[in-house]
Amino acid sequence: MSAEGTPASNPVGYIQHHLQNLCAGNCDPVTHKAAGFWAFNLDTLFFGWVLAGLIMYFSYRLGKSLQSGTPTGFQNVIEAIVDFVNDQIKAVFPGSNPIIGPLAFTIFVWVFLMNAMDLVPVDLLPWVASGIGVDYLKVVPTTDLSTTFALALSVFILIIYYNIKVKGLWGYTKQFLFHPFGKFLIPVNVVMTAIEEVAKPVSLALRLFGNMFAGELLFLLIALLSFGWYVLPVQVALGSLWAIFHILVITLQAFIFMLLTVVFLGMAHADDH
Amino acid sequence: MDINATLLGQMITFAVLVWFVKRFLWGPLTQMMQDRQARIADGLAAAERGQHEQELAEKRAKELLHQAKDQAAEIIAQGQKRSNEIIEEAKDQARQEGDRLLAAAQAEIEQEANRAREQMREQVITLAMAGAEKILAREIDQEAHKGILDEVAGQI
Repeated sequence: MSAEGTPASNPVGYIQHHLQNLCAGNCDPVTHKAAGFWAFNLDTLFFGWVLAGLIMYFSYRLGKSLQSGTPTGFQNVIEAIVDFVNDQIKAVFPGSNPIIGPLAFTIFVWVFLMNAMDLVPVDLLPWVASGIGVDYLKVVPTTDLSTTFALALSVFILIIYYNIKVKGLWGYTKQFLFHPFGKFLIPVNVVMTAIEEVAKPVSLALRLFGNMFAGELLFLLIALLSFGWYVLPVQVALGSLWAIFHILVITLQAFIFMLLTVVFLGMAHADDH
Repeated sequence: MDINATLLGQMITFAVLVWFVKRFLWGPLTQMMQDRQARIADGLAAAERGQHEQELAEKRAKELLHQAKDQAAEIIAQGQKRSNEIIEEAKDQARQEGDRLLAAAQAEIEQEANRAREQMREQVITLAMAGAEKILAREIDQEAHKGILDEVAGQI
């Protein structure tokens, strides 16, 4: 816990404290918030890296010991996910692209794991961190807009790249000029298409962020109930219920992010828009 | 909650992660799965081909069996026919042999009869001669009539 006091006595402080990233770089020394762009949320980066490292470790280990005959255990699970991702890609992606498969797979697994950090009890990791002198810790990387926008922006860059690669620079420009209202309303078209294009990454990022942030907030609110022993059963029941429901949410959000990425990139590949 | 330079860090992490997954997991895994798919398809095709071949072989075996039965029946029929022929031939031969033996026996019998008749004739002559001798011994000179008697004996 922190200097803001116990959850019961200062619920607002408790929640705000939990939603505060561990800042480094250009930070406000008093509020500990980022004071400009050049600040790093160390907790977000740390958990992002840990989970990415987990994925890399298991990918490497599995990739080296692939059994082509009778796959067992872990390989079965990964094969099922790969098959699942491939099915989605086949359903919505025209043509073929060597990067789309691993991209979708990585988004699905990484986002899922980052979301799954939500299921770790909200006070556990901050409590451990405070024990080793780290006062602020926000555990779920996807409740940080920087993470969701990082993913969405990467996808956006790929969207633009493939738009230009497939349609050519002029083809992509034409899409801005003559879509959706034909050649007589070019200024309107440019604005409309620009909004349409920008809406893709923004919607991706905000949807994931919103869902995860709300989920985290609800966990915090449930955690606030711990002001008396007689409320404990209620808290446990609510927490379990929300956690179980949240399993669905985190999977669904990871899946939606993956699917929309594939859809957007598929639109970038579709020549005749 | 604002966006800050964490964004860049996460983007780099994401890019590295995608590259890593593609290089070490997705690439080998999908390749392996494709190979397996091909192998399973091959296996199924081979199984089907094998079954087809077995059906053909069974059909062919049945045909061969049928032919063999036909041949066996034919051989048996031929054998029976041949044995009948042999029996007929043997019968013919036996009949001919019997006839020949009969003829030979008859010829011998006739020969024997002829010889006996000859002997009898000689004996009759001898007897006649003896009788005549005895009669003539009294009446004629043996020397004087010998020429006549020889002539008679030569005429017999």
